[in-house]
Amino acid sequence: MDTLDIARWQFGITTVYHFLMVPLTIGLGLLVAVMHTMWVRTDKPEWLRMTRFWGRIFLINFALGVATGLVQEFQFGLAWSEYSKFVGDVFGSLLAMEALLAFFLESTFLGLWIFGWGRIPKKLHLASLWAAVIGSTVSAYFIIAANSWMQHPVGVVTDDATGRPLQVDFWAVLTNNTAIAAYTHTIVASLMVAGTLLVGIGLWHLRKRVLAGRPTTDVDHAVWRRSVRLGGFVTLAAFLLVALTGDYQGKLMYAQQPLKMSSAEALCETEAPASFSIFAFSKLGSNECDDVRSFTIPYVLSFLAHGDFSTAVPGVNELQAQYAETYGATYPDDPSFGAKAGEPIDYTPLLAVTYWGFRLMIIMGAVSAAVSAYALWSTRKGRVPTSRIGVYGTLAAVAAPFVANASGWIFTEMGRQPFVVYPNPDVPVADQVYFFTAQGVSPGITAGEVWTSLIALALVYGALAVVELGLITRFVRRGVTTGDTTPTPGIGGGPSTTDPTPDVEPEHVDDDVLQFAH
Amino acid sequence: MDLQTVWFVAVAVLWTGFLLLEGFDFGVAALIPVLGRRTADRHLMLRTVGPLWDGNEVWLVTAVGATFGAFPIWYGSWLPALYLPFVGVLVGLIVRAVGFEWRHSSHDERWDRTWTRIITGGSLVACLGLGAALGATTLGLPIGADGVRVGGAFSGLHWPALLGAVAVLAFALVHGALFLALKTDGPLRLRARAFALRWSPVAALPLLLWAGLVQLRQGTTLTGFLWVVAALAVVLTWSQAKLDREGRAFAGWALTLVASMATVFGAAYPVVLPSTIDAAFDLTVSSASVSDYTLTLMSWVAAVGLPVVIGYQAWTYWVFRTRLTAGPQQEDAAAGTGSGAGTGS
Ligand code: HDD
Ligand code: HEM
Ligand code: HEM
Repeated sequence: MDTLDIARWQFGITTVYHFLMVPLTIGLGLLVAVMHTMWVRTDKPEWLRMTRFWGRIFLINFALGVATGLVQEFQFGLAWSEYSKFVGDVFGSLLAMEALLAFFLESTFLGLWIFGWGRIPKKLHLASLWAAVIGSTVSAYFIIAANSWMQHPVGVVTDDATGRPLQVDFWAVLTNNTAIAAYTHTIVASLMVAGTLLVGIGLWHLRKRVLAGRPTTDVDHAVWRRSVRLGGFVTLAAFLLVALTGDYQGKLMYAQQPLKMSSAEALCETEAPASFSIFAFSKLGSNECDDVRSFTIPYVLSFLAHGDFSTAVPGVNELQAQYAETYGATYPDDPSFGAKAGEPIDYTPLLAVTYWGFRLMIIMGAVSAAVSAYALWSTRKGRVPTSRIGVYGTLAAVAAPFVANASGWIFTEMGRQPFVVYPNPDVPVADQVYFFTAQGVSPGITAGEVWTSLIALALVYGALAVVELGLITRFVRRGVTTGDTTPTPGIGGGPSTTDPTPDVEPEHVDDDVLQFAH
Repeated sequence: MDLQTVWFVAVAVLWTGFLLLEGFDFGVAALIPVLGRRTADRHLMLRTVGPLWDGNEVWLVTAVGATFGAFPIWYGSWLPALYLPFVGVLVGLIVRAVGFEWRHSSHDERWDRTWTRIITGGSLVACLGLGAALGATTLGLPIGADGVRVGGAFSGLHWPALLGAVAVLAFALVHGALFLALKTDGPLRLRARAFALRWSPVAALPLLLWAGLVQLRQGTTLTGFLWVVAALAVVLTWSQAKLDREGRAFAGWALTLVASMATVFGAAYPVVLPSTIDAAFDLTVSSASVSDYTLTLMSWVAAVGLPVVIGYQAWTYWVFRTRLTAGPQQEDAAAGTGSGAGTGS
């Protein structure tokens, strides 16, 4: 592999890994803030215990989100220096604003929330959690605006002296329709992650308690029951919104990156009306559209792309030829293209990845919506499900929305290859800003250096994943402890030392306080 | 001042702010094997930085983001030239970040000790690596005409980088000790104070040498004056530590850093990355910056955002201002610091 390929693997691995934590931080952060608000408003103990329990899981996860986010911030400069120089006028300023306006808010107020139990007034304490959560959602907007600008560059002209884009309209960058669509889609997708987690773990605890003959009237029962109900409704509502925003994204994509959608549909020849593919397979190792066999439903694709049942949808073969004519059939014979200089350009993204990435996202989303519906139905009117398959299946489905999120990003990012900044079709070709991935990689670094960093980061990430999963599993197993009910009292009183906790030694009860993360 | 200069100052302020804040949590972590004799001391030391380190680290994220945002050519030449050292920094920062968070999650002695060691090791690596990077970007890196590194993977790690690494680590150690003297009580406080008193004159030398070298190369009268301020601030630090005035000693040491960094960046201006191969290849504020449009935009955002950030961060420092002791459980809870309270005995 040359430096370009290794750098791409490294970027893909580290970003997908970061995005395992991100949706949980965003989604669970919002839900914990809701729980905390409910506790402040109703004073019911189950809301407090829920805040404590889910808050702790949120914090374990947040730690790894921060650690992996740091890598992202340096990565553009380290391995993608030419890319960074090219997009600097737009992209860098968005990252800087994200840090200044969002990350400070997030980390400072989260610290205040964690250490503020019993130290600052109740309402202020709640407000600090909301400030942190708002920080997360604002951070997501800036980074997605940066990403969406790469998918659909707006608000720029080409600088004649350097050939780089010059920002002329920041408002256009912020209100990029691609960004608004991707942001809403990502936020609701994050809520699905958190919702399904509540459902899976809550149902498992409910069943365990009932089988162990524990009462269904105590606070702990209420904790799990409310978790399941809240998570279930959130997941179902979010799935509806994910489908609506996703549909809008599909229509935008047909206008902005037609090759991505046609590849995702393995649609080789232009069709009117076009059919939606439900299953496809191809010759192993071939990226030729004509080698793909596909089973289809007529009309549906026309509807997805244009909102009616008849309009033509262009196929991969036609688009590939069109792009080759506009942007060149081969890479320019220029050293800035590295090993790719003079090579033919394949404008079709990897068909298998785009096709299955798109489907996996939708299928896994449907899986978590289905288990949530099951959970709501099986807990109706105070019931508790005891079905082993049902409950363990729901627990396993906690992974589904994570997979859906990762697939969605892999589809979005790999579907725009071979461009890293995709030409905006609304702009006349002569004025378009675009950049090939092959140009982006840092020229001075050696393959050995990137290999070293890839291996080092992969090893560290692998080890941390094991520890994080282990920690979360342990806390989940332990469930809510009695220590969770007592908020740390004000100055002078120790927390819950009078409160016997079965599985935690008294001197460690304090550890249950949400002072976990720092 | 033109906008590029404004942003050069802003970036310099962010890097200095990062060293000033993260400097003490790097220092505290690095001092654990030196000052943390008993387990309780080690926990106490970690608790002093518990609520603060993450907010401090965002100064680094913002410094890097602002370097990218205002001077992408600098960002895109500096980082790859020191590729492997920066990767080392990242690994150090990652393991240290999760260490702070995950240390409390088991009451097992070995688990706790392992994570404490990881925090110390990660902080040392990150501190040395970032010092090296800052030393190199002000004293010189072997970059060619296109801003691309000449030579192998470690060609950027010659003496300027090593000087920067030593200077930042030495600063952080004394800074951490003074912070502990200010934030704790009991024997640890005394030991930390003694450490700062003994080492501050020595620890200041590499920092002053670094600033002096940049000054000799291209400094102005003003930056020369700042260098003298830095040197006097060392004397102030030492004399106040001698008088057991911890607050003033801490302020003196902070002034040492601020004046030194003002000398370094002020003297380096307008060069952001000097080439050791040919001065014609130096990157300057004007050759490395983004357009005036984008700089104006970021200026407005920073003018509104930065004071607010400083305001609420200062307020959290106020909320967590209490001195901590390695006392029993109840006291921990009363002090409200909590972090690791469960492990604090
Ligand atoms: C949709 C949202 C989203 C996306 C696409 C990304 N991130 Fe992220 N990032 C977050 C949402 C987020 C967050 C929710 O705000 C995090 C996750 C966990 C956390 O602690 O904050 C975070 C943390 C985080 C941090 C640590 C902040 C701190 O110290 O508190 C940095 C430096 C980055 N990210 C940078 C990036 C970069 C450069 C990305 C581009 C590849 C990126 N993130 C993708
Ligand atoms: C957080 C969720 C994200 C995931 C999971 C993700 C995933 C990926 C993947 C898999 C690749 C490799 C593509 C390939 O090599 O074919 C990639 C590349 C890239 N992505 Fe993303 N991405 C995410 C977000 C972002 C964001 C928010 C940005 C910019 C702000 C971004 C910028 C890039 C860049 C610069 C590359 C390198 C060029 C390339 O190889 O295509 N990504 N991403
Ligand atoms: C149910 C129907 C869904 C549809 C029609 C849909 C549609 C889409 C489309 C068209 C894109 C690509 C956007 C682009 O490349 O410009 C996308 C991306 C994405 N999808 Fe979905 N999606 C659905 C469900 C889900 C679910 C259930 C999840 C996760 C729980 C999810 C998470 C994502 C993510 C994280 C991305 C990448 C970021 C982005 O571009 O928004 N999607 N989706």
